[in-house]
Amino acid sequence: MYNLIGAGLIVIGAGIGLGQIGGKAMEGIARQPEATGKIQTAMIIIAALLEGLAFGALFLGK
Amino acid sequence: MKVAQKTIKFLLIAVIALFSTTSFASESDKKHDNQNDGGRINTKEEVEAYILHHIKDSHDFSLFSYTSDEGERKHIGFPLPVILWSSEGLVTFMSSEFHHNDDGHVIVEKKGLKFAKIHSKIYELDKGAASLSFDETHHATNAHKTLDFSITKSVVGILLIGTLLLFWFSRLAKQYKTKQIPTGFARVLEPLVLYVRDEIARPNIGEKHYRRFTGYLLTVFFFIWVLNLAGLTPLGFNVTGQLAVTGCLAIFTLVIYTVSGNKDYWMHMIWMPGVPALIRPVLAIIELAGALIIKPFSLLVRLFANISAGHIVVMSLIAIMFTLKESLGVVGATGLSLVLSFFITLIEVLVAFLQAYIFTMLSALFIGMAVAEPEHH
Repeated sequence: MYNLIGAGLIVIGAGIGLGQIGGKAMEGIARQPEATGKIQTAMIIIAALLEGLAFGALFLGK
Repeated sequence: MKVAQKTIKFLLIAVIALFSTTSFASESDKKHDNQNDGGRINTKEEVEAYILHHIKDSHDFSLFSYTSDEGERKHIGFPLPVILWSSEGLVTFMSSEFHHNDDGHVIVEKKGLKFAKIHSKIYELDKGAASLSFDETHHATNAHKTLDFSITKSVVGILLIGTLLLFWFSRLAKQYKTKQIPTGFARVLEPLVLYVRDEIARPNIGEKHYRRFTGYLLTVFFFIWVLNLAGLTPLGFNVTGQLAVTGCLAIFTLVIYTVSGNKDYWMHMIWMPGVPALIRPVLAIIELAGALIIKPFSLLVRLFANISAGHIVVMSLIAIMFTLKESLGVVGATGLSLVLSFFITLIEVLVAFLQAYIFTMLSALFIGMAVAEPEHH
């Protein structure tokens, strides 16, 4: 039961984080469309790091 | 021009083949359901057990199974060799001797030793024990695990895909010796190789050192990508969803960036310049833990969790046709499950590429950190 609540909290946190990353990247691209490639690469790396953290937490909490 | 057309045709056929195979998988499940109407697989527990069994590695290669009209359970597939290092030395036999039993009731006797299989793990029974006995938590009390070097389903997958990659890329390499541009399927591979070199290796590792590591990055990229795609076919490989496999890949990256780290990298890790001396040991602990434990751990868990989660989602959506049959009717449940599983499979094709890309990208990034040249101001 508690691990399910924990899993929900992890997903909420990861969702907020991913939203921030995606939203800010969008803003960045809108301001400087010529930097799209660089922003996308950085965005994917940071999203991957966040995802690793979230999966790690889910994995440990299982 | 002619060759380009051929390549496009081949790609189209490949794409069509990929989707027809996945829909074939759902169709065979449908047939399965009709034969089993009101029978075994309609319960939630059975679906759950099936998914958990699929996620794990197994000792035989079973494509599908069904119950015949006589009520007999039939398995379609082929057995794989079991290779054990037991207390009496090497023991080998085919996995068909377990007769698809997975709860330890079938005992195989070899070299005077008895073996039983419980949840895809092979146990060696203690001397004098005739059958397995379990305690309350369903752990075997009179048996122990042996060193298992079996050719399991995942090992078959690795060998198969490894041979395929070796064939593809040795042909691509050979073609550069005789002609200016590659022909045939090699034309599909060339831009991918260039992509990994120019977009992943070169910007992350740096102009001076990237050549040394491009080989490893290419190997890891294509290995993960092709295995991820193989996991989406009805062959049912879940190789990149095995902790052992992803752990091994992460350890490769760990060893490479640890061994090739230059003096500057170690200096920054162990005795960080430019901060007060009291803080340096604290930073050293954090840096060492980050480089030796957290980086490889995040690599291995990300790949494992993504691929396993993807498999679970696809199979759960296919299972909708059994679990929602009562409330939606046969046609409704099947249609819903077909539509959902089709689109989630499309997403999984993207995820298969993305995970290979991210693993390679982060490996390149970590290697790049280790070999970065110091900037003198």
